[in-house]
Amino acid sequence: MSPTYLGMPGLPVYGDGNLHASEAFPAAARRELGNAQLRANLGHATHTIRDKRLRVVAELPDWEDLREAGSAIKASVMARLPELLEEFEKNFTARGGIIHWARDADEANGIVRDLIRDAGADEVVKVKSMATQEIGLNEYLEEQGISALETDLAELIVQLDHDKPSHILVPAIHKNRAQIREIFLREMPDVDPDLTDTPARLAEAARLHLRRKFLSAKVAISGANFALADTGTLAVVESEGNGRMCLTLPDTLITVMGVEKLLPSWTDLEVFMQLLPRSSTGERMNPYTSLWTGVTEGDGPQNVHLVLLDNGRSAALADEMGRSALHCIRCSACMNVCPVYERTGGHAYGSTYPGPIGAILSPLLTGITSEENASLPYASSLCGACYDACPVKINIPEILVHLRSEDVESRRGTTKVPGQMDVAMKAASWVMGSGRRMALAEKALPLGKLAAGPDRKIKKLPGMAAGWTQSRDIPAPPAQSFRDWWAKEHHDPGSEEHTELEEKA
Amino acid sequence: MSARTEILDRLRAALHDSPEAPEIPRKYRHTSGMSEDELIELLSDRLLDYKAGVSVVDEASVPARVAELLAGEKSYVVPAGLDERWTALVPGRVVDSPQEPLSVEELDGIDAVVTGSAAAVAETGTIILDGSPGQGRRACSLIPDHHVCIVKAGDIAGVLPEAVRRLDVTHPLTWISGPSATSDIELERVEGVHGPRRLDVVIVR
Ligand code: SF4
Repeated sequence: MSPTYLGMPGLPVYGDGNLHASEAFPAAARRELGNAQLRANLGHATHTIRDKRLRVVAELPDWEDLREAGSAIKASVMARLPELLEEFEKNFTARGGIIHWARDADEANGIVRDLIRDAGADEVVKVKSMATQEIGLNEYLEEQGISALETDLAELIVQLDHDKPSHILVPAIHKNRAQIREIFLREMPDVDPDLTDTPARLAEAARLHLRRKFLSAKVAISGANFALADTGTLAVVESEGNGRMCLTLPDTLITVMGVEKLLPSWTDLEVFMQLLPRSSTGERMNPYTSLWTGVTEGDGPQNVHLVLLDNGRSAALADEMGRSALHCIRCSACMNVCPVYERTGGHAYGSTYPGPIGAILSPLLTGITSEENASLPYASSLCGACYDACPVKINIPEILVHLRSEDVESRRGTTKVPGQMDVAMKAASWVMGSGRRMALAEKALPLGKLAAGPDRKIKKLPGMAAGWTQSRDIPAPPAQSFRDWWAKEHHDPGSEEHTELEEKA
Repeated sequence: MSARTEILDRLRAALHDSPEAPEIPRKYRHTSGMSEDELIELLSDRLLDYKAGVSVVDEASVPARVAELLAGEKSYVVPAGLDERWTALVPGRVVDSPQEPLSVEELDGIDAVVTGSAAAVAETGTIILDGSPGQGRRACSLIPDHHVCIVKAGDIAGVLPEAVRRLDVTHPLTWISGPSATSDIELERVEGVHGPRRLDVVIVR
């Protein structure tokens, strides 16, 4: 346990459910790397989305100001979380909503089951929700004889194929149109046998398949993207209208949301609704956003419930270095720029949250002592692309290094002597903690060239790093570091650009 | 101990280092300074980009334009508070009111819906409905397959913060940016899944 926890009464209480990977990253990644289809689909998707994202971000002259505001708002939410939750509860309840608190996945699942039974239903429609995936709600309800129907097109594809999502934004990105057509023909009872594989026809098939369910459902389950403390409002952001169907038509609406999703005030939403769609799908705005505050008489569900979920969030909050992982608005921008994610795909991360954010969030929620999740902080090249892309400026590389040292720390009892990793990580965090030290370290780069053979590839690294070179060659480091090159290219005294960049760094 | 007390206690304990809530720097744009013509032009451009239909007309031409857009639809629904003159030229009107709300099945049998709007955001191509009398219940603008939405030029904001300041968030809000769409299959955008597949916005100068 890290020394940061010493001031806490009691131990942090970690989360459970689908947060735990069933298999450690290195093993899962090795298998997924063999899937060429996955890698091709994923490469195409991540590149397309990130190009779109860059274009729409460049349109906003105040993008960096929005990021600054977003990051500060989230830091302020974390600092005031207990009081903001109470404020939200008061306002949501005053307008007829009902709040339930759940310590962990089991408790949340049980609450949802009871609410569904009270409504007299054995079937529910669902909007895509990370929180319910985290607690394994669908599987739990199925065991209880309740069927939960995913209505987001990609989630529906994944559910019909008895598969798992591989990306938080485009969960079925690992499947192509021909595969989707086959899944529909196999799994949808009334599907048109002449269904072609054009996306428009496939979307139409999903529409017909779900239409009757939407119009007759008594209970819907959703997540929430944001909760506004000063008004007691919840918000869901989506594209297809399945969200609107679920949030509007059934008489009972049950929302499951992590406690960290709060924003202090309604006007804060203006910041996040500019950051989220552009970072996420690369659109100026997503097609639909729904906001509701408790119950509105004569319009929409008349029984409105919210399950507020801890499931390890208080433990993550207790980690001073790691708590900013709770700022995440699940836009998936970090995934789309991550070289590791691009090759392994989301399944390799095992837990509900893939990619760079998953590599820090999952072990923070479960504790680094969780055997499989302990390998997640190593699933990164520390290139920093995720930090640059993150709309709320979560310093993912810094938290990765911090968690690696936590991992080493936690194994100290069993290994006794400090291992290579221990020493290396301590050193790495010291070096990366300062621009000056980093620059000094880079000066040593040309030495790396000596380790490389004549083909300029390092075939085998010494010591613990050998594991890395088992399945790949490393190109030799360049003779000159980027910083040196930049300084040489740009250091004419009149260069404005140079000073500006230095300031931002 | 109740789950509520326990979670709140855990969260308080987690803040053992009493972190300070930082000042929020709000240097981002709060207004756009655009003229009405510029706002209309930008909103139209964004909506067209989402594959919505756009027409810009003066007040007197709204009924004729709405009639053109509804040509071919057998029936359409309007919320009870909608300006009656706007749909005066078109037969087949069904009215939804809080006193006599249509059932979901009835709405499913109706081809189109005509509503007003509470606000619009030019930069993002967004129209916002807030459930007031001219906009009606959320189900009305959701179930029919064709949505004709009337936006008054004076309600167009340049940037999102301007619109947010004009709205009452305790009303149920629906923000609409183009017709329903999905990109879930090989990232190819398809307009129209569960929400209205056709969106026509009539901007009134
Ligand atoms: S960590 Fe940042 S970039 Fe990654 S999903 Fe969360 S908000 Fe988006």
